[in-house]
Parts: sequence; C-alpha cells; structure tokens
Amino acid sequence: MTQTLKQALENLDLKGADWVGFREVRETLTERWVRDGHPKQNDAVTTHGVMAEVLVDGQFGYAATGRTDVESLRSAAQTAYRQAKSAAAHSVYRFTTAQRPKVTSRYSSPRLKPLTEMSAGEISGLLVEICEKLKTTPAIVRTEAVARLVEMETRFVSSNGSEAEQTFSLITTDFQATAQNGGVIQRRTDGGLLARSHQGGWEHFITPDLWDRVRRVAAQAIELSQAEVCPTMTGSLILKPDQMMLQIHESIGHPLELDRILGDERNYAGWSFVKPEDFGKLQYGSHLMNVTFDPTVSEEFASYAFDDTGAAAKREFLIRDGVLVRGLGGLESQVRSGLPGVANARASAWNRSPIDRMANINLEPGTATLDQMIASVERGVMMESNKSWSIDDFRNKFQFGCEYARLIENGKLGRVVRNPNYRGVTNPFWRSLKMVGNPETAAVFGTPFCGKGEPNQVIRVGHSSPTCLFENVEIFGGAS
Amino acid sequence: MMTRNDFESLKQRIFATRKSGEHFFLSLAAEDSQFIRINGAKIRQIGSVEDGSLEITLVLESRDAAGKTALRKGARTCTVTGLSWKDWEEVEGALKVLRREVAELPVDPFAELPSDHGSGENETRGKLLPREQVVDELLSPAVSGLDLAGIYAAGPVARAMANTAGQSLWFSTETFSLDYSLYTPNQRALKGTFAGKTWDRTAYIKEMERSRERLPILEKPASKIQRGAYRTYLAPAAFWDLVHMLSWGCISEASIRQGDSAMRHVRSGEKKFSPLFSMSEDFSGGEMPRFNSLGELAPERLPLIVRGELKNTLVNSRSAKEYGVPSNGALLDESLRSCFVEAGSLEEDQILKKLDTGLYLSNLHYLNWSDQLGGRVTGMTRYACFWVENGQIIAPIENMRWDDSIFTLMGTELEALTRHRSYLPDVGTYERRGLGGAMIPGALVKAMQFTL
Repeated sequence: MTQTLKQALENLDLKGADWVGFREVRETLTERWVRDGHPKQNDAVTTHGVMAEVLVDGQFGYAATGRTDVESLRSAAQTAYRQAKSAAAHSVYRFTTAQRPKVTSRYSSPRLKPLTEMSAGEISGLLVEICEKLKTTPAIVRTEAVARLVEMETRFVSSNGSEAEQTFSLITTDFQATAQNGGVIQRRTDGGLLARSHQGGWEHFITPDLWDRVRRVAAQAIELSQAEVCPTMTGSLILKPDQMMLQIHESIGHPLELDRILGDERNYAGWSFVKPEDFGKLQYGSHLMNVTFDPTVSEEFASYAFDDTGAAAKREFLIRDGVLVRGLGGLESQVRSGLPGVANARASAWNRSPIDRMANINLEPGTATLDQMIASVERGVMMESNKSWSIDDFRNKFQFGCEYARLIENGKLGRVVRNPNYRGVTNPFWRSLKMVGNPETAAVFGTPFCGKGEPNQVIRVGHSSPTCLFENVEIFGGAS
Repeated sequence: MMTRNDFESLKQRIFATRKSGEHFFLSLAAEDSQFIRINGAKIRQIGSVEDGSLEITLVLESRDAAGKTALRKGARTCTVTGLSWKDWEEVEGALKVLRREVAELPVDPFAELPSDHGSGENETRGKLLPREQVVDELLSPAVSGLDLAGIYAAGPVARAMANTAGQSLWFSTETFSLDYSLYTPNQRALKGTFAGKTWDRTAYIKEMERSRERLPILEKPASKIQRGAYRTYLAPAAFWDLVHMLSWGCISEASIRQGDSAMRHVRSGEKKFSPLFSMSEDFSGGEMPRFNSLGELAPERLPLIVRGELKNTLVNSRSAKEYGVPSNGALLDESLRSCFVEAGSLEEDQILKKLDTGLYLSNLHYLNWSDQLGGRVTGMTRYACFWVENGQIIAPIENMRWDDSIFTLMGTELEALTRHRSYLPDVGTYERRGLGGAMIPGALVKAMQFTL
C-alpha cells in the first residue's frame, strides 16, 4: 500500500502547495464479551482509509477517504487543498513545513504471545471459565469477562520524503463480579473498567496470577456488598495505581495539553487553569512529584516512535520536583505558543486530524513502601479502582469515586467500606502529596477511552504510577 | 459516499453467498462531512471526511443433539464508500473470517433471527453552503469583534439496514450545525447552537446578534458562591444534561435487571419522580430513523415516565428474549435517541421572578454518577451561569461543583417546568455525526446541592 500512497504523491498538481502527506490507517478492534457464561458480544470493527493533508498559504487542509486507490487519493488531496485555500485568509497561525518533519522510522509493538495465537473459540472459552470461577456463591448475581484486541497499521508518506510505518498490537481486558446483599448491590472489577490496557499480546492477560485475581475480585465483591458506606471525613488518602491513573489523567494530563491552553478545546472539552507564563514557575504539586511523557515504556498502551505529524517521540519531564516545566503539545502548538512540548499530535483514526493528546503520562516512583504509607496515617482511607470521574472545564475542581476502599486508623488498615468518593482542587491536591511509593508499589494501566476534539476523537492513553499518599482530602460515601 | 443503490448492490451480493443455516443482518452508517474548527474567530482546522461502515452480523442456526435450535452470533464491520471493488474486497474478507469464527463461538441463548418488520425509505435533502464558501460565510461581519470558538459540521448522512428475512430500510438526510461559544476578555462564555437543513444567512446573523447582546452581563466580576443548597433554574440545555443521565445505565431494561440502575427504586415503588415530570421517546419529527440495527421499529411515541411514574423502559430484542418482556425497538445499548420532556406552565418572562434568589444555570458540564444505584449525580456548572437576587441577575458565578439526586432534582425538589421548550440538536461527532435531538423545557428546582 505504501507504493499506492507514493504513486498518489507523484505529479500532483496543487499550485503553491508547500507540503502534501498521506496517512493510511488500517485497524481491527475485536471485542469478545461474556456475561454470566453466555456470549454478550463478538464483534470486530475494521476501519481502513487514508487522510490526505495539504499545506498551502500557511493553512493545513485535510480530506479523509475510505477510497484507497490512487485516483481517489489524488482527488482527496485536491479537496484538502481547496479547503485549505478557502481558509488561508483566516488562519489561526501561518504554519510551515517545519510542523511536518521528514520521518523514515519503523516501529512495532513488542509482544510475546501474539493476539492471533488464540482463536475466537479459545478466547470465548477462557472468558466463560472466568465467569464460572467468579460465581463463587449465589450472592454473586452477575459475572462478566471481556477482551478487546486491537491490531493496527499506519503508513505515512509525504512530499518532503517521509516514508514510515508503525504496527501496534494492543490488548484490554477486564472481568467483574456483582454481589447482592439485600438491597445493597456492589460491583468489583479487575482494576477499574477496562483499565488493564497494554501494548503487546496475551502475556498481559494470561499471567501467573490470573486465577488469584479472579478469586480476589469475587471475594471483594462480596466484601463490598456487606460493607458500610464510606464515612465522611477530611483525612489522609492513599490511592493505588489503578486510581492514580485517573487522577493523573484528569488533573495533570488534560490541563497540560497546549491546545487547551491555546483555547482550541474551549468549546468542547474545555481549556486549562494553566497559563503560558506558568511553565518553569508553577509549583504544580509537592516536591515529590515528578511526571513524565514517556512513549518508550514497552508495555504501556500509548508507546510509539513518532506522532501523526512525523515528530520523533521521546521521554520528557513535564513536572520536575513539583515544578511545571513542559507542556503536552505537538509541533503546531509549540510554534503557536512558543512553549516546549512533546511529540503528541495524534489522530484517533484515519478520518481524524492530529491534535495534542496525552499518550503515556507517568508519575515517577519515589521511595516509600506501602507499609510506611499506611503506618503514617492516623485517620484516612485507601482507595482503588476508578468508578466515577468528573472535573471542571478548567481542570480544577474534581470529584472521583472508587470501587473498593479500606479505612485506615492509627496506622493500621481497617474494615472495607463501599461507595468511596473524594473531591478536591488540582494544585492544592497535588501539593498535599505526602509520600510517593517505590517501584514495588507501581503498576501500568491505561484506557481506550480518552475523549477530546472537534470532531470527537476517542484515543488510547497509558498511565503508570506508584501508590501515593495525600493529606487533608475531603472523603465521603454514597447513598446506596 | 454510499448511495442507496450501492447499499442494495452490496446487500444482494452478500446475501447471494448465504449458506445453509446462515442468517444475516446488515447495518450501514455513512457520511460525507465537512468539519471546520474555529478558535478566536479564526480557522484552526478545516477538512472533510468521506466514510461509511457496514456491520455484517451472522447468526448461524443449527440443531443440537436433542433437536433443539441453537444460535451462534458474531459481527464484523468494515469500511465501505461506494467504490465497488474496494467495498467487496473488504466485505469478502470480513465474511470469510466471520464464517470461521462464528462456528467456534458458544451458543448465544439471546440471539435473534431476522424478521421482516417492514421495509421503507426516508430521504430528505438540505440546502447547504458550498464547501469553499463556508469559511467566508461563518466569519462574516456577523461575528466581527467576537471571540468565537466552535465546530461547523455539514453534509449528507445515511443510515440503513437489511436482513435475510427480506427487510430493507434506508434513511438519509443533509444537515449542518455550528456548535459554538463566545468569550469575554475575562474568559466568561456563553454557548449556542445554530443548526438545520437549509443555511439561512439572515437567521445566522440574528443568532449571532442575539448571542452578542447576552455577552455584557458576563463581563461583570464573578461572584464566588459558597457551598450549600440554592434555589436553581436549569435552562433547557442544562436540564437536558441532567435528564440525559437516564440514558447512561438507567432507563435501560437490561441495566435495571442487572443491578446497575437507580430505576430499580422506581420500579419497586420506593422512589418516584415529580408529577410534573413526563418524558417520552418521540420520533414523530422524522429527524432520525426509528429502526435499530435489527430492523425493529421503535413506536413513533413511547412514554417512558408519565407524571413521575415509570411507564416504560427501553427494551431491545436481546433483553426481551432474556427477560420475557416485549421489545420496543431500542438500540443495542438501550439508550435514548429522541427524548421529549413535557412542557410545564412556567412562562419565560416569569423565570427570574419565580427563581427570586438563587442560581440561573445555562449549562452543566462533565456529569457522572457519583452513586449510580442511588441515583446520585455529580457535575459542574459551565458557561453562562448567574447569581440572581430578587428576580434580577446580579453577576456571573465562578464554576461550582454540584452533587445531587435525580430523585430530588427531577422529583421532590422540582417546582416547575417552563411552558417553552427548546429543541436541542444532537451535534455530537463520536465516530460519526449525530442525528435528531431532544425537546426540553427549563426546570426550576427548590434546592440543588453545591459541594465545591
């Protein structure tokens, strides 16, 4: 297919165009979902198409088409060109070819057990078996297990010599048990809904501890159904990595996106409390806070070699010792804002144009053990696995809920409580970060569902974090 | 973009490959859209997307050892655009894999065989702006001096289905929408939508004039509201955000049966909504298709909540089969498609007077269940929200977090609904452009809980 893209580039008659690129994406998402041992969903969605992008008079225009023959691709380039011309007098910024660097890289997801190793029947059999093992007692009233498998290939060629390919293998899995105790119904998942999202193959699901995790999810669903509602208090909060991922995502990732800071997102997802002048100065959180953009972690969901504008991806610190040092913005946002950024201009599919996205945003481990964190708490709660999330359009006032929590009193873990929630404001919350767990407390998670952009783009992101301790947090329960 | 003829040709070719025991459903979504993203009344991104996705569902019927019918089911979706050789290449590949995989799957006790619920077509044309003219029209003197951000989306959209029982349905339309917001220098904003099938320059100029006139009040210094309970008016867009939560694992029959929904409290008689609150699914406007991917037709009007009582839930054929209740043609996820909330008696010019002292909220933001089974929702205020005293708007407010129950906001604390209702078009672009919209009044509530 690369040959077709290159053919389409040849002899294009686009008067005055400075740059032309074709990005082809073919992706198959297979979803197998079992509920109570019966098939719930066995779907595969393949999308295949090409985005033609043209730069003329300082304005990019695009045309995406599912017609992938040479003639149609040339026609798409003409359409992109005409639209760019029609907008050039009103451009938000006069871009140049510097925002589309030449790239000739190759990248392929590392994988030990390829997704094709298991047939549809074998996957279904495994998911049915998980449901059966989750049903430990009649109090478990519902069981589910799911696998979402993605195979994706992208090819990129351009008039300034780019010829690059990336091949991704991605796996998201989950299982859950719902327990009922009279009027109380509680659900427990394997780390938050679809949070076990990794790059690679079946090695991320069929692990030595799989059946221990199944037993634990069933047991904790029962525990939750018998637990009291989380009490209201202002106290210490320990968050496990499967909730830290959401905390990082919503209150660090999104506010640092340069396109939000520039106002591109303000009609939709919102903008940011972070101002351009904050970079290099703002004490975002406590000095224990070190956050990186890291597309090089092999098993993390959003690792890659280059972004969808051709920029080479590498690890960068966003926050160092609590101070904001770099934003999440691709080459277009960097030149518009004059701020340092990263290679994160990504498109969710062939039919969407690249915008600033998170990729992998990680909180770097510290030195504390989990026992040290618990021992330091006089009164508080330890929460895990995200259940509810909401934050304002400037990314300040948040409220998050978790699936599972245990009280901590006088340095010791206590009883399980249900419907735990907490709320806060981004900078004061991160400044209350008191302890950061060591690498042994850390884990890699991700989500397939980060939404942003007009038109909307749902994209995959990864987050790795240790367990962390925060002080003076508003904690409360729910009504049911 | 796929035409009706393209779809029919592809259908015939697929069904011609049918083997013994095989049943097929086809479901198409296609569009040829122009998207223009605006920031600061300038063009941030401009482009077009010609896309189509065809879902092919195979239900394989066999007999088990006891002679009982067993169904296995799977689906594959591929990109189709009306380029016949390419479309067939994609479809042929999908069919090959589908046949191999479905035979391996466990029996699905809740799968449905195709039925013929009736065929038909519904095609409407619009009068849209030529693509090369849109930028000049949008950024005309009508928006001079305004800090405008938003998204313009326009073009033809099609939905279709067919099955091997002989049913075939086609729906296509041409629409445009400008989903926008205007900003003051101090970053206060108001939200607007201008949408339809025929571009009307005069109406566009008026729309921008009306919005422009609403800006000065936002330039006043913002009030910081303390936590607590306040009398609150939710304008139609804000009330729709709240009502729309019923679409998220709540009014769905499967959600109630499987222990996800707060509506179980209503079904058991423990809770009810206000007698002022009635809502239905209403397709009488013809803005979106009534059929789902199986070809089932939803009733033209389906009352869901009538004077506070739960009358119907959204039921698809899968839930119908599992729980032994009739299907009402709901989508696979049993979500709302065309929600109409009944009007009340509060006149537009009495809203501030009746509110007296409290909060006027134009929009809400980022709603989520804070306790799904308990029916508690959290979210933020957004855009033009004001502190009102003695029936007078005093100042915009700083964004507030709220956390409250659907059974109070749409129940015990609901004081009045407005006589005027707004039609709120679905301008969503999740994977594809949305269709239809919701008809929603404003709501006055006696007390709403603000928490941060």
